[in-house]
Amino acid sequence: MASQNEIVVRFAGEGGQGVVTAAEMLARAATGVGFHALTFATFPSQILGGPTWTQARVAKETVLSPGDSVDILVAFNDEAYQEHRTDVRDGGVILLDPSVNPDNGDQSHRCIHVPFDDLAKETGESRAANMVVMGGLSKLINMPLEYFKDFVSERFAGRDSIIEANHKALDLGLNQLKDEQAISDLGAPIPPDYKQIFIKGNEALSIGAVHAGIEFYFGYPISPATPILVFMEKNLLGEGKFAYQASSEIEAITGIVGAGFSGKKSMTATSGPGFTLMGEGIGLAWMAEIPCVVVDVQRGGPATGLPTKTEQSDLLTAISPAHGDAKIPVIAAGTVEECFYAAVHAFNWAETYQGPVIILSEHSLAERAQNIRVPELSETPVQNRITYQGNNGYLRYESKEISPFPIPGNPGSYVANGSEHDIYGDTTHLAKYHIHMTERRFGKLALLENAPFESDNPASKIALMPWGGSKGSVLEAYNILRNQNVDIAWYYTMFINPLAPDLLKALKEKDLVIVPELNYQGQFASLLRSQGINAEAITQYTGLPFKSSFLVERINELVGKYKKDMVVG
Amino acid sequence: MSGKNPEYDFLWCPGCGDFGVRRAMEFAMQDWNIERETPMTHNVVVAGIGCSGNTVHLLEGEQPYGFHGIHGRSLPLALGVKMAREELNVVVVAGDGDFLSIGMEHIGPQAARNLNICAVVMDNGIYGLTKGQSSPTTLENTVTSSTPFGKMESPVHPLDLYLTLGVSYIASGYSSKPRDLAKLITKGMMHDGFSIVHVSSPCTTYNDTYEILKGSRAKGTEGTAYDIPENHDPTDKDAARDLIARGGVPLGVVYENTTRPSLGQRLAKVRENNQAKDAAALLNSFSI
Repeated sequence: MASQNEIVVRFAGEGGQGVVTAAEMLARAATGVGFHALTFATFPSQILGGPTWTQARVAKETVLSPGDSVDILVAFNDEAYQEHRTDVRDGGVILLDPSVNPDNGDQSHRCIHVPFDDLAKETGESRAANMVVMGGLSKLINMPLEYFKDFVSERFAGRDSIIEANHKALDLGLNQLKDEQAISDLGAPIPPDYKQIFIKGNEALSIGAVHAGIEFYFGYPISPATPILVFMEKNLLGEGKFAYQASSEIEAITGIVGAGFSGKKSMTATSGPGFTLMGEGIGLAWMAEIPCVVVDVQRGGPATGLPTKTEQSDLLTAISPAHGDAKIPVIAAGTVEECFYAAVHAFNWAETYQGPVIILSEHSLAERAQNIRVPELSETPVQNRITYQGNNGYLRYESKEISPFPIPGNPGSYVANGSEHDIYGDTTHLAKYHIHMTERRFGKLALLENAPFESDNPASKIALMPWGGSKGSVLEAYNILRNQNVDIAWYYTMFINPLAPDLLKALKEKDLVIVPELNYQGQFASLLRSQGINAEAITQYTGLPFKSSFLVERINELVGKYKKDMVVG
Repeated sequence: MSGKNPEYDFLWCPGCGDFGVRRAMEFAMQDWNIERETPMTHNVVVAGIGCSGNTVHLLEGEQPYGFHGIHGRSLPLALGVKMAREELNVVVVAGDGDFLSIGMEHIGPQAARNLNICAVVMDNGIYGLTKGQSSPTTLENTVTSSTPFGKMESPVHPLDLYLTLGVSYIASGYSSKPRDLAKLITKGMMHDGFSIVHVSSPCTTYNDTYEILKGSRAKGTEGTAYDIPENHDPTDKDAARDLIARGGVPLGVVYENTTRPSLGQRLAKVRENNQAKDAAALLNSFSI
């Protein structure tokens, strides 16, 4: 029996068959006993039905990506089997609904029929098909059934009949596969010695906002950002707090700008289509110097695009969402953990430079559930607004420095203005004020330039620099390349705009900077090139995340080509 | 040039109705301050884009806070200002173009929420600042710079629209009577819910309607503006509908519903009955 450190299980079927919760359940149960796990989910934009699949990767060490090759496929229908069987590695197992006839020619996989639904019905709980699957999996991956039973007991504590039915389902599933050989043996987990949480990207981001001191949330439902709205409406409670559903993204952005003017830490979250609508409002926040945070959980675009697929194609829009001379600070989260910190930093940045800050997340990150180290709140400082404490007659825009912020209801009344304004905030067309205010607005960005970045093997002249949610897959590829003795450096930051001057300096010294990103144009690479860096993108636009094996191949090609060119040159 | 700012060089045309509305705004905010015993800085004037929006820069005397935002979005901007600090008196000033064309989508949601703000809409039936294009309240067949063959659309009937959308306080006023108008605005500010004071505020350059509103003794014409009869019951929605159907420009409170809770009142109940969790507790709820 092969012993391995990890296992990848994919669940495929139709929405409503329990596919969505299956990967999460496996990952939860596994992390509960000390394994590491990460999930991936993709589903159609409809309430019921449609091809859906999820994946869980369970390992003894930290998991960086959803995994390239599938060890076990659970196919709930024929379409799922046909679509996904080629992703299953040789020697892998496919669990099939009895209605599905495996191809006679499928010699490279072990196909096993499991009557999920019939066995579930036997338990008296027809929704327990998932647990039948888990029972079978426990045999295949040699994970004690008790892990799952304990998980069920905890999850449904106090609801004994449900626990009983699900325990029975687990037994039935295991019994069904009792004569099958395990596919691998993860062995005993090595539980981390720190406190962990199991959480999705959108949830981590929302809690980050709460830690940062969010007081006002206003948002319009849109995939894949809706869970942030739902979270806020449920949790952003208490005196002086406001969380509410807007009637449009235009309403949402102008609402949070109004709240920011009133002195509150405010945020909205959306995806591409809504973000486009917010452009003018973001420009208003820049112009009137109002702190606020806008989250763009990217999906495929343009227009309605691919609502439930992942892409990193809003970067250029995020930096320039508005017309005119404006450059909006952008923080792009790369992992579930970074979703939490990105939210805290975004609020801190907004207060520091008094303007709008964009957080980029993306579908695969938003829906990814993972075990992470619980953020250390006491070590995550929060920046609050510097408020004006003087008398009336304040000229808020007089200097070119950041100026204390007057709070309505207190002395210091002024006019915040989306039109170009003078030192009173009154509308003007005088060149001297447009020059003064433009320089004032851009000058403040310098306050954000001390952001940290990661680097590894910096001596190499060729660097790898991903951004956003591709971080995990690219880091995995980087580790493989380094093990292959490929001489390449690693750079990464979630502070995309403005980039830290030290990072820019280091990248400018490289002969080549390779940027894997999920869009057609190579947006980040083009941005780096515009700043004098020789960047080349590895692009993918499938709606799915990178596979690290694909990246290893492409990076090796680029490195090889570059070295050849150097010799010829 | 304004009282506070020697370099401010925006001008309303001589005779512009907005002068009267500005005066009425100043009276109303002073009245509100006396009533609520608050300083002027408790008032926030949220302005739309157009001639009317410049009211925020031209207010005289003690200055309230102001936010001169982007075209059509004064209502959601005001929502943010208000729901962030409910103790503030938040007043929108906008024109018929800003409020009823690009901004019309925002009236319904505020009415449905019964957001506790007051909107003062200065209706001159034209886009003045951009030099005379047709607005939603421009009459059918009117020739303007953007309707060279006459306007081919029916005009919007603002009061009818507000009533249909469920605005809970609707008043109609006239810029030439700033004292009367101030009373309507003050009442709107006091109203715990969404209030709109719709003001006929003529544009002397592109759509001078003074004579139509007042009538002309010389020509023997009657004005379209008239005082709402004292026996009108503004709490009666049918009566309000009948009044609006009479046409013309009624002056006074058209409709008033004080029985609906405002958004703030509803949220206060939610806050009473639900406890917030801090970040540590929230993180804890995801513990492995």
